[in-house]
This record gives sequence, C-alpha cells and structure tokens, in this order.
Amino acid sequence: MSSVKTLKINGKDVSARTDDTILQVIREHDIFLPTLCHIEGLSAVGACRLCLVEINGSSKLRSACVTQVEEGMEVVTDNERLQKYRRMILEMLFVEGNHVCAVCVANGYCELQWLAERLGVDHTRLIYLHPDKHVDASHYRYAIDHNRCILCARCVRVCGEIEGAHTWDVAGRGINAHVVTDLNTSWDSSPTCTECGKCVQVCPTGALFKKSRAIGEMAKDNHFLPYLKTMREVNKNDR
Amino acid sequence: MDREEFEEIAQRSRDEAAAFAVHVNICTSSGCVASGCEHVKKQAEAEVQSRGLQHTCRINGVGCQGLCGSGPIVSVQPDNVLYHKVKPDDVADILDHVGQASVPHLELRQDSPFFERQQRVVLANAGKIDPEEIETAMAAGAYGALLKVTTEMMPPEVCKVITDSGLRGRGGAGYPTGLKWGTVAKATNSTKFVVCNGDEGDPGAFMDRSIMESDPHRVLEGMAIAGYAVGASEGFVYVRAEYALAIKRLKRAIHQAEKRGLLGKNIFGSTFSFSIELRLGAGAFVCGEETALMASIEGRRGNPRPRPPFPSESGLWGHPTLINNVETFANVAPIITNGSAWFANIGTETSKGTKVFALSGKVNRVGLIEVPMGISLREIVMEIGGGIPNGNQFKAVQTGGPSGGCIPADYLDTPVDYESLRKLGSIMGSGGMVVMDDTSSMVSVAHYFMAFNMDESCGKCIPCRVGTIQMVELLKRFTAQRATHDDLVLLEELCDMVSQTSLCGLGQSAPNPVISTLRYFRDEYLRCIAPVTESA
Amino acid sequence: MVKATEITPPTDDVRWRIVNATMRRYGYMPQALIETLHSVQEAFGYLDDAALTFVSQRLQVPLSKAYGVATFYHFFSLKPPAAHSCVVCLGTACYIKGSEHIVDALADSYHIKHGEMTEDGNFALLSAHCVGACGLAPVAVVDGEIVSGLTPDNAVNIVRGKIDQENNGHGS
Ligand SMILES: Cc1cc2nc3c(=O)[nH]c(=O)nc-3n(C[C@H](O)[C@H](O)[C@H](O)COP(=O)(O)O)c2cc1C
Ligand code: SF4
Ligand code: SF4
Ligand code: SF4
Ligand code: FES
Repeated sequence: MSSVKTLKINGKDVSARTDDTILQVIREHDIFLPTLCHIEGLSAVGACRLCLVEINGSSKLRSACVTQVEEGMEVVTDNERLQKYRRMILEMLFVEGNHVCAVCVANGYCELQWLAERLGVDHTRLIYLHPDKHVDASHYRYAIDHNRCILCARCVRVCGEIEGAHTWDVAGRGINAHVVTDLNTSWDSSPTCTECGKCVQVCPTGALFKKSRAIGEMAKDNHFLPYLKTMREVNKNDR
Repeated sequence: MDREEFEEIAQRSRDEAAAFAVHVNICTSSGCVASGCEHVKKQAEAEVQSRGLQHTCRINGVGCQGLCGSGPIVSVQPDNVLYHKVKPDDVADILDHVGQASVPHLELRQDSPFFERQQRVVLANAGKIDPEEIETAMAAGAYGALLKVTTEMMPPEVCKVITDSGLRGRGGAGYPTGLKWGTVAKATNSTKFVVCNGDEGDPGAFMDRSIMESDPHRVLEGMAIAGYAVGASEGFVYVRAEYALAIKRLKRAIHQAEKRGLLGKNIFGSTFSFSIELRLGAGAFVCGEETALMASIEGRRGNPRPRPPFPSESGLWGHPTLINNVETFANVAPIITNGSAWFANIGTETSKGTKVFALSGKVNRVGLIEVPMGISLREIVMEIGGGIPNGNQFKAVQTGGPSGGCIPADYLDTPVDYESLRKLGSIMGSGGMVVMDDTSSMVSVAHYFMAFNMDESCGKCIPCRVGTIQMVELLKRFTAQRATHDDLVLLEELCDMVSQTSLCGLGQSAPNPVISTLRYFRDEYLRCIAPVTESA
Repeated sequence: MVKATEITPPTDDVRWRIVNATMRRYGYMPQALIETLHSVQEAFGYLDDAALTFVSQRLQVPLSKAYGVATFYHFFSLKPPAAHSCVVCLGTACYIKGSEHIVDALADSYHIKHGEMTEDGNFALLSAHCVGACGLAPVAVVDGEIVSGLTPDNAVNIVRGKIDQENNGHGS
C-alpha cells in the first residue's frame, strides 16, 4: 500500500499522507477553510461545523477536521450552499452570546469577528437571545467573560491535553452549556490551575483574557505555544 | 451446565406448573403497577390461602400483555379468560368463577382485532412467564437458542442466519443487523464488546421497557448469541435510570443466569464465555445515540462524536463494539430457534418480522402491540386501536417521536415498513405511535417536539445547540398567532441548515417534526400568521 | 498530593460505605463516575461539593469533569430535594391529553415556575418525559406515587390533598 493518497480539492489534484485529515491537506495547500473549534496540536472534536465540505458530490456534508483522506476523494470546500450554512453558524454564535466588539479586549484579534468579516456576515435575522451571563474576574491575572464564550472547548482541551491540569470542563448541556473551572468555583480558588495561561492563549474570542489589557490590545504571544496553530495564523496571508 | 441438566431444569419447571390446576396470572409491569396490581396480587394470594387452594391454584406475577390502558390485567388459565381493570375487591368474584363462566363485567373479549391482528414474536413470552424466575423462562424455551449456537454452530453460521433472516435494527434507523454483526466479527481485535441500547428516549414510547420488564432473559440471550457470533466476551446493557422495574428485573435475571451458568465462563461447556454488566443512564435522550451512549458507559458526558469511526470499528475504549437495540436482540433467539426462513416469511420484501409499537394518544385502546411489518396504519389505528374516542375525527399519527414525523389521514393505508414511512417524511423510529384527532394543533405538536429536542441537545455543536432554540422561539410566535411570513421563511431555512450541518442524529433529525407538519399541514402554520397591520 | 487510597469520605456518615462499595466494585476506575454519582444521589438525595470532591479524588477524575458529568445528566441534582414533589408527565401521550395545562395550574397555585421549588423547600414542581404510564395519561407522580385522572381543574386539589394527607399521616 502506498503511503500517499491523491485526491481532488476544488477540482485540483493534490496528494496527501495516508493518515492526513482533509483539513490538513487543505491547510497545506493554502486553501481557505473556516474553522473555530479546531486547533492543530489538540484533539479534533468536530463541534463548530464550520469546516463542513462536500465530498464526491454527495449532499451529506463532512467536517474536514475529523475526516481522513481517501484515495480519489473529490472535495469541494466552497459553494453557495456551504457559504450560507457557514454564515448562519456564525450568526448563531452572535445571537447566542452577548458580543459587543467595540468594548472587547479582543477587538481586532478575535477569530469570530475576523471570520464574520471574511464571510460577509453583516446582519442577522435570527433572534437575539440576550442571555444573562457573568464574568469571573476573581483571578489576579486572568478573567473569563462568559458573554463572549462560543463553547469551542479549546481551553478545556489545551488545559487537559497539554498542561495536564484539567481545570476547565464544559458543564450543563444544550443552550445552558458553559465552561467551568473545577466545581464551578471561582478561578482564583482553583486548586488545579497552574496559571500557565495556555487557555487564554488559545481562546478564539475575548472570552478568556489577560487582565489589564485595554480594548483591542489583546495581541497573542505567538511564540508562546508554537505547536498550536489557530486558523488565523494559518490563514494570515489570506486577507 | 450441559444439555441434559438444562432440559431437566426446564422440564421440572414445566412439571411444577402442571401440578396446579389453575393459574391466575397477574401483570406486574409498570403500567399495571401504576394502576395498583400489587394490591390485587396480595389480595389474590390471601384469598387463595383462606380458601385452602394453595395446592391447586397458583398466583403468578407475569409481564405485560399490552393493555396498559386498562390495568390491572389478570388472566386465568387454562380457562383462557382475560380480565381488565381488576380491583382487589374483584378477586373473590374471579376465583368464584374459575372453571365456569367468566365475570362478565370484568372480562376482556379476546376475539377482538386488538388480539387477532397482533403477532407475537418478541413478546411471545410476555404475560406468560414470571420475569423474576429464570426457571419459568427456561420452561418456555429461554436459552435454548444459546445452547444451539454454542454447541452446534460456528460463529459465521450464526451471522449468516441473522443476515438471511433480513432482521433490521429496531432502534430507529433500520440498519441490517447481520451486516453489522459481520463487520464486528471481521475485526481481528482480541477485545470486543456487545452493547444493548435500552435508553429508550422517545417520550411517547415504552416498548423496550416492557420487553426488559416482561422477558429480560430473551434480551440477555440475544446478547450472548451476538457475543458468540462476533467474538466478544463482555456485554453491557445500558438502561435509563428512570426504568426502576426494568433495572431490578435485569439485575435479577443476570444474577440468575450467572448462577445457572448460562452467563459467565464456558457456557454450556464450550470455550465461549460471556458476561453482562448493567449500566444506568441518567436522564439524557442523546445517550440513545450510539457514540454518546458509549461515552456514558465510559463515565463521561454523553456528547456524541463524529462518525466514522463507527462503533463496529472503534467503540468502547477504542475496541470494536456491536450496538443493537433491545428489541433487535429480543428477535435473535426466535430466529435461531425457528430459522431465518421462518422469520423472513413475516413482513414485507424489505422489512422482515414484527414490530412492537406503543400506541397512545387519542385512540380508544392504548397499549403495547406487536404487529407484522407491512400492516397498514389504518389497521393499527382503527382496528387494533379501536378508532378515535369521543366521536372525533382522526387527524394524524406520529411515528418516530422527536426524530420522526406526522402522517395525515390521506396516507392511512400506507404499509408500516422502513421505506414507506421514510417516503412520507417520517421514520419507523423505535416504536412510539401517537394518534392525534381533529382537536390537536399540529403547530403545537411541532413545538412540543422541538422543545424536547432543544432540552435534550447536548450543546456540543452550534447548529443544534442554537438552532433548536431559534426554532422553538419561532414556533412560539406561531402558537401565539403572531408570526410573520418572514418567520416562516426563516423557520424553513433553519430546518434545512440544522438537519444538514448538525453533528449527530439528534440535531440532524430534530427538524423532522416541523418539516413533516409543514408538508401536510402548512395551512395551519399560515393561519398562525398575524394579519399585517399598519404600525404607527 | 494525597494518594487516592488515603482519601477519606467528607463525614463519618455510614452512607458513604455504600458509595465506597460502588467504587470498589469498579476497581476505583474513572469509568465508575456515573455509577458512583448514582450511588451518592440514592444515599443522600443530591450531590454537594463535598461529595463531588470526594468522588472525583477517589476515582482520580478531574473536579471539572465530575462537575461536567453531574450537570450534564438531568437525573442528578446538586441541590437537596424538596420535602414533597409533583412530577407531571410531559411525555407525548400525556402532552396530547393536555398535561401542559396541569403544569400551568400547579405552577399558578404554588407561585413557582415549572422546575422550581417553593422558597420554604416544601414543594417542587417537576416534569418528566414519560413516566411509563401512557395508558393512564395524563399522569403525575406525587411523592413517588402515580396519580392519574388529573385535569387542570382538579389537579391542584388532588396534589395538595395528597400532600396534606401525608403530612398528617406522619403525625405532628
Ligand atoms: C438522538 C438519538 C437517540 C437515539 N435513541 C435510541 C434509543 O433510545 N434506543 C435505541 O435503541 N436506539 C436509539 N438511537 C439509535 C442508536 O444510535 C443506534 O442506531 C441503535 O441503537 C442501533 O441499534 P439497532 O441497529 O439495533 O437499531 C438513537 C439515535 C439518536 C441519533
Ligand atoms: S492557566 Fe493553564 S492551568 Fe490554568 S486554567 Fe488556563 S490552561 Fe489550565
Ligand atoms: S472560553 Fe474561549 S476557548 Fe474556552 S470554550 Fe469559550 S470561547 Fe472557547
Ligand atoms: S447535534 Fe445536538 S446532540 Fe448532536 S452533537 Fe450536536 S449539539 Fe449535541
Ligand atoms: S468542526 Fe471542524 S473546525 Fe470545527
């Protein structure tokens, strides 16, 4: 068996390693594909559904981040239908939380905001849910604003899989799901957090942030977790 | 245990039963417990004592006979008389009439379509054996099929019989059972698992509960045969925690089967060993989805994960895992015993065998029924169910619960099989069948199911987590008669988007109740749109 | 860090023995989390922080994971149960027969929302998706006993009556 597979992405022939995911191949070939829950170096969960692609003309969509390449596969990453779904997913995130970009530390650095711009989300017909969410600013260095959390669970994974502290997890379910530190206790009292800052680093929005940063000042320290690649870094030449 | 000992136990139990001239069988399943069967049973035992009949008349606690709407149900054998709505005070009357006429005001005639239209395969022993005594099950043939496979058949032969029978999964999707077994059997891993899905989350359904309560051994036997066929030596039954009686009986059944050597090491002296553990759900519909169910057995949150890999390749703790529904497993022993041709003879071209349905809602006779596939919806609703009460008109029948759809009167003659129901925009589902009459609003039914799906969404993926609540909010505008045309457009777009983009079956099928009611009852939605008024 | 085997229950209440027995049966493996939480809830009626901490340490499950599991499954409760409860069935069969209106009537009468407990902790109004008595729909479970024949008009009297009766029965 050969260690290389050939497939077509958007009509172009490409080759891939046998155990590559479709997303890995797409990234390698500098093809734009939006992702939010995925981060290279952490386990893939297929939760945000932004990376859905069409395969072999089938109407059944597959998430590129968790789908292994197959010989002769024909992948379509972009068409009207996919764009429509992706825009709707982003709209859903905006109405689910309380995102006020103008007063957000991540303004200009936020992956959600960037994607919305990139995909042309400028209004929504969905119903704003205006949930009553809180902020935990108990920790002296970091804070979480649940209003901005999109439940990508990147913080949960980096803290469990890389730092090994497993301070975060998702609690509740459905529309009431939310991330918690330990037993939903305040961050400053956490017996498990090592204050490594990895969760803050991987958060795609302004939900997790370092204190004392002013609005829009949330440059990420890219040298800090070099093995984790977010979509924006990968697509940084894309604008 | 060997064949001889096995047959001896069964025979002894039959002889013991035959020593009694009269058997009074009292249903002790959940439906009848709710209507007070325990008091009836106590009274019957006391009455038999006081009349000195303890050597001629035996009081048996038995499983469900399907008439859950008119319990407590009591049957007297060999008179073959069935009584319903029996109260403790009626017991004396019933005993007075044994061997003679029946008590007319309590009798339930068995020459009605409710009995005549049914065909019992899965529920053959329900209502006949005492689910708490393994010997009575053995007397009725339990574990005979397991004896046959472990002593006379090779695993591939077992898979072939199941494949040839045409059995398809009863958990909803109707995946060919033999094919699934074959996939797991082919895996070369040394550790494999068999899982029985007893989560039964459809809020209008109680087939699996009834099977587990009435004949738990049939489920265990089916799992053990599956274990033999696919090469697994460990099984799990995942039951929802709400099913207290089913759990109690399964525990007891597992314990008794182990004591008798029907589960455990070297079953029937073969090299095959199989053990079964019980795992409890904890109130999450999504845990009926197979990947969520496995996460739950592993002690984690019941979040589904993307497939592939399918459980048959990578399931519990990464090992190949066979997951089937309770009713699917309950079909296995009769197929082995009677042969694949016998089973394939029941039903239609693509849907073989029988299906158990929980018939409820606006019908005269609610309860649990088992019918051959291919029977029409009309026969089920109008004949078995006895039609619609209070002189109202039939409007629709809902199958497949929160993942299914409503089928209107025009299609009442549709045969019940996997393909026909799917063509109509519904699904076979696990067996919930709710009848609605002309007083039911289809928009509120859609709202009801969507609210259920919203409550049960695990929240992992965005389309389902946020999409279901959006649809609920929109449907609220409809039920409040203040929706707009734009709301309808958005609702339909969401139906499409949520079903196409959600991660698991819950989200993918959550819009079905809305899609199907929009398809057949669109005018009801249109009537909920508020007239455009000039706003100030 | 304390060794898992040295972790002791939060109190010397004998009920912890049942919980310990469950964990032992599963060899103190993390996979025993849900079964153990069932055991705690059965013994104590609910899961508090002390219980979650003990169980998670003993099974070597992260605290946040234990909390995530406990809040995912609706069968588990983090608050002590009310003295009395009425669980109205909202399964399809009961819903079609109007059980929603029974919930509304009870909610109005007790001035609480569905899913809530009265301030004095005396009464909780809950709902379930199918309690398994579809034949008797609409039904409710009042303090563990199935009550049928409910209508929005008679529900309040029946439920209140039943609870009063129990209170008197227990003498005071
Ligand atoms: C949201 C959801 C809920 C489900 N609930 C159940 C259930 O309660 N019982 C069941 O047997 N299957 C249920 N299923 C189907 C299972 O995932 C699985 O397909 C089935 O157990 C396979 O068994 P079968 O092939 O014997 O039908 C559910 C699926 C989904 C998506
Ligand atoms: S700072 Fe580090 S240890 Fe603390 S919660 Fe974040 S990732 Fe986990
Ligand atoms: S806090 Fe940030 S990283 Fe964590 S789930 Fe929310 S958005 Fe994702
Ligand atoms: S579709 Fe719904 S239930 Fe399934 S993974 Fe997504 S959020 Fe969870
Ligand atoms: S689902 Fe693939 S990146 Fe989120």
